[in-house]
Amino acid sequence: MVKALRQFKKGILDENPIFSQAIALCPVLAVTTSIVNGIGLGLATLAVLLASTLVVCFIRHFIPAQVRIPCFIVVSATFTTVVSLLMEAFFPALNDALGIFIPLIVVNCLILARMEAFAAKNPPLAVAFDSLGMGLGFTLALAAIGAVRELMGFGTVFGLAVIPEAIPRNILMILPPGGFFVLAFLIVAARAVRARVGKGEA
Amino acid sequence: MEMILVFISAALVNNFVLSRSLGICPFIGVSKRMDTSLGMGLAVTVVMGLASAITHGVYNFVLVPLGLTFLHIITFVLITACLVQVVEMYLKKNSPGLYKALGIFLPLITTNCAVLGALLLNIELFAGSMLLAVIHALGAAAGFTLALVLFSGIRERLRYSPVPKILEGVPLAMLVAGLMSIAFLGFTGMITL
Repeated sequence: MVKALRQFKKGILDENPIFSQAIALCPVLAVTTSIVNGIGLGLATLAVLLASTLVVCFIRHFIPAQVRIPCFIVVSATFTTVVSLLMEAFFPALNDALGIFIPLIVVNCLILARMEAFAAKNPPLAVAFDSLGMGLGFTLALAAIGAVRELMGFGTVFGLAVIPEAIPRNILMILPPGGFFVLAFLIVAARAVRARVGKGEA
Repeated sequence: MEMILVFISAALVNNFVLSRSLGICPFIGVSKRMDTSLGMGLAVTVVMGLASAITHGVYNFVLVPLGLTFLHIITFVLITACLVQVVEMYLKKNSPGLYKALGIFLPLITTNCAVLGALLLNIELFAGSMLLAVIHALGAAAGFTLALVLFSGIRERLRYSPVPKILEGVPLAMLVAGLMSIAFLGFTGMITL
């Protein structure tokens, strides 16, 4: 159980998919113009990740090693379809805002990476915790980037105005370049924090 | 005329990498040298062009009549994967030089979100015309190649520049990409489709 919890924590902190591994960046830059969008896509990805890594974990003994990648992709495509239909039915507004990035979850490198590196070799419980950790780490990263961009671009947090009207908004933050800049500085911040924490321990 | 507009719009105005944020992984991952970037761009162009013709046909003549459009994600991914395999085998047999040059980039294309993104956008924007869909995909691929080659040129120079240690690698690449993205904002509004 302790080991499982460590798996869980690893994805959120030490091996955060965005800030440490710098994978799965496309949706990160595209949809994080607000916190809600970021969390929405993060949770959708988490659902697909959890479901498909568990399925891969259970069927791994039946998959021939040579064709495992196509099999993994079919599994994640199945769950992506399920999630995209559910989003369309229950959260139509969010679905419209996220657009093609919901179907694009299927080619999210994070999912394929966890299937290949972890789910195909470990027991179900560890896989579940690993996927939850990685998925939550991904969601938190998206929310953080979304928060910075929403605050600076629209002057709002969760849609509520917090910066007075008199202060001009920085439209650039909402446009594609803002995503690149915010991500760059958040990765630098994460590195700085890690360097300091690492020094404290040693 | 419309074809030229669609091509330019996909390549410059709505550049896949810098405006739509698609295909960032290969953009950051394989853009350290200019020749490999060109190879990747070429491979993506071939696969994207072929895949958009095939998926457009399959979508309109198979999935729509059968009422199976909800299966389009799985269908498109599988078609791309098969196509990549076929292109790989064809090149291996008929053009070993090019095969060697593209090498590891071919299999990577299957999970390149620029390719699947182009296929999905084709269905959304150009459901009625396969020709326009293919031209859109080729324009997107040209824009992808352009961004990749420009970016690798900058990165080749950056390798010999003294940069702060904490910025090295991905953050610096992101900052450069952000500046390039601002440059590409200049094309906004040039063409409205």
